[in-house]
Amino acid sequence: MKLVVIAGPPSAGKTAVVRQIVRTFQDSETIAYLKIDVVRAFEDEELRKEFGIPARKIYSGDLCPDHAGIMVMQDAIAWAGCEGAGILVVESAGLCLRCSPYVTRALGIVVISAISGTHAPLKMGPMLSLADVAVVTRIDLVSQAEKEVFREQIREVAPAIDIIETNAVQGTGMRYLMRRIAGMEEIADPETIELRGVPPLGVCTVCVGKKEIGWQHHFGVVRQLEGADWIFRGE
Amino acid sequence: MDPEIAEITVLPGKDKNGGTEHFERIVIRPGETLSIVGPTGSGKSALINDIELFASNDTVTGRTVLVNGTVPPEEIVRDPAKKPVALITQGTKCLADLAVREFLEMHVRSRKIVRKGIVEETIALANEFTGEKIAADARVASLSGGQTRSLMVADAVTIGNTPIIILDEIENAGIFRDRVIEVLKAYKKALVFVTHDPLVALMCDRRIVMCNGTVVRVIERCGEEDRALEAIRKMDGLLCALRERIRAGESITEAVFAV
Ligand SMILES: Nc1nc2c(ncn2[C@@H]2O[C@H](COP(=O)(O)OP(=O)(O)OP(=O)(O)O)[C@@H](O)[C@H]2O)c(=O)[nH]1
Ligand SMILES: Nc1ncnc2c1ncn2[C@@H]1O[C@H](COP(=O)(O)OP(=O)(O)OP(=O)(O)O)[C@@H](O)[C@H]1O
Ligand SMILES: [Mg+2]
Ligand SMILES: [Mg+2]
Ligand SMILES: [Zn+2]
Repeated sequence: MKLVVIAGPPSAGKTAVVRQIVRTFQDSETIAYLKIDVVRAFEDEELRKEFGIPARKIYSGDLCPDHAGIMVMQDAIAWAGCEGAGILVVESAGLCLRCSPYVTRALGIVVISAISGTHAPLKMGPMLSLADVAVVTRIDLVSQAEKEVFREQIREVAPAIDIIETNAVQGTGMRYLMRRIAGMEEIADPETIELRGVPPLGVCTVCVGKKEIGWQHHFGVVRQLEGADWIFRGE
Repeated sequence: MDPEIAEITVLPGKDKNGGTEHFERIVIRPGETLSIVGPTGSGKSALINDIELFASNDTVTGRTVLVNGTVPPEEIVRDPAKKPVALITQGTKCLADLAVREFLEMHVRSRKIVRKGIVEETIALANEFTGEKIAADARVASLSGGQTRSLMVADAVTIGNTPIIILDEIENAGIFRDRVIEVLKAYKKALVFVTHDPLVALMCDRRIVMCNGTVVRVIERCGEEDRALEAIRKMDGLLCALRERIRAGESITEAVFAV
């Protein structure tokens, strides 16, 4: 089985990319789909109805969706295996800009909308820098100058990343992503899969539900306004 | 941009019913103008998308597009700064919250162009295409449709220095189509119009007629349509003058057409 992990900000076009992947490979393989979201998601029902593929979702609730993804990944691979899947696609809500959901032996895809402003790539942290492929959607809606600058901004954060510009609804330019997936190696042993990169550490009393404002009321890893340029310095 | 790009070749694919297309090849060279006409849904946009993507039997149409007679290197297909084609549609917008000058400077910087004055040249060129003057300090996001399209065409000509420019149905966008055609010819650009506009269609060197997802005819411009073109030019001039008068709040009380 091949494992594809897709992350990106809300409404970036992640599911539109998933649809293109399913359209391309559904004749040759079974594709299983898992959505990890915080409170609500509908993609599993939509994709099951549209393509008849095994699809399910999990809500992470109070947990960071990327952490939730790591927790359930082994189970998900086992489930997809039972469904006879050749490809498991995991779509993460990607709300946490500190963590990233990508694991080893999987293809990590970040989906970013070209209309999210030319500085957006600079703000995305490990969700972008640890991905293998950046799919830039809504390329149909932006000017040539903005296309070019957007690409440069991505390169600044992730110099070696494979950038694919697309109108994800039509699937233009997607041939390069599909080639990448077609050429992927299968997972031999799920036990060998690990989270990529080093996740941010740091737990404070806000994490356990204390609601007072001001660092004076908290302990753990805390920050003051002065002298705290970086809340977290990760990869 | 690679100045060596001499021509683009479109090879046939399939029509909407899966039948083989009946043209041999369509070649587009610098300085040429081409219009694509046909009813709604006939595949005009699909054809220009094939050109923009350098299709290689991997789009709905199954067509293949070559550069200088061969399959283009991946780099010029994938990197928008290296792509020899600029596609401007009604949907394309400048979204950045920047002034026109800053917006163009951003593009100049990203292309690492050092030539002085290129921003001013681009704005001046854009202003040849539109009646509503574009000011250097206007915000790009608040330009009108016609101004935006004019700026994008000018940007593609000067900063992008793109050999082939494709315009998908820009006729209602308040842009001087005949000026665009004349100026881009002078710059030795190839220009492809998807259009329903008789003036544009007749002004172009060649007219590709689409139906049912396929090219059904290629009409070379010849003297026989010159009279019609002359008449359409006159009508267009008349309509433009009327438009200006209506915009200025005049009442049009005289007989405008000598029928
Ligand atoms: N024009 C255009 N629309 C797009 C493109 N990609 C996605 N969309 C549209 O944007 C909307 C959101 O896309 P989704 O694929 O649902 O986005 P998502 O990232 O899965 O969203 P969440 O999972 O809800 O965070 C849909 O209506 C898509 O049709 C694109 O490249 N161009
Ligand atoms: N050769 C083809 N084979 C299969 N499908 C095609 C072919 N050509 C076009 N289509 C499909 O037909 C639909 C309509 O085509 P398209 O949008 O290109 O029409 P159009 O001429 O641009 O119409 P409009 O004037 O409304 O813009 C699209 O979904 C397109 O993908
Ligand atoms: Mg989604
Ligand atoms: Mg169209
Ligand atoms: Zn997190």
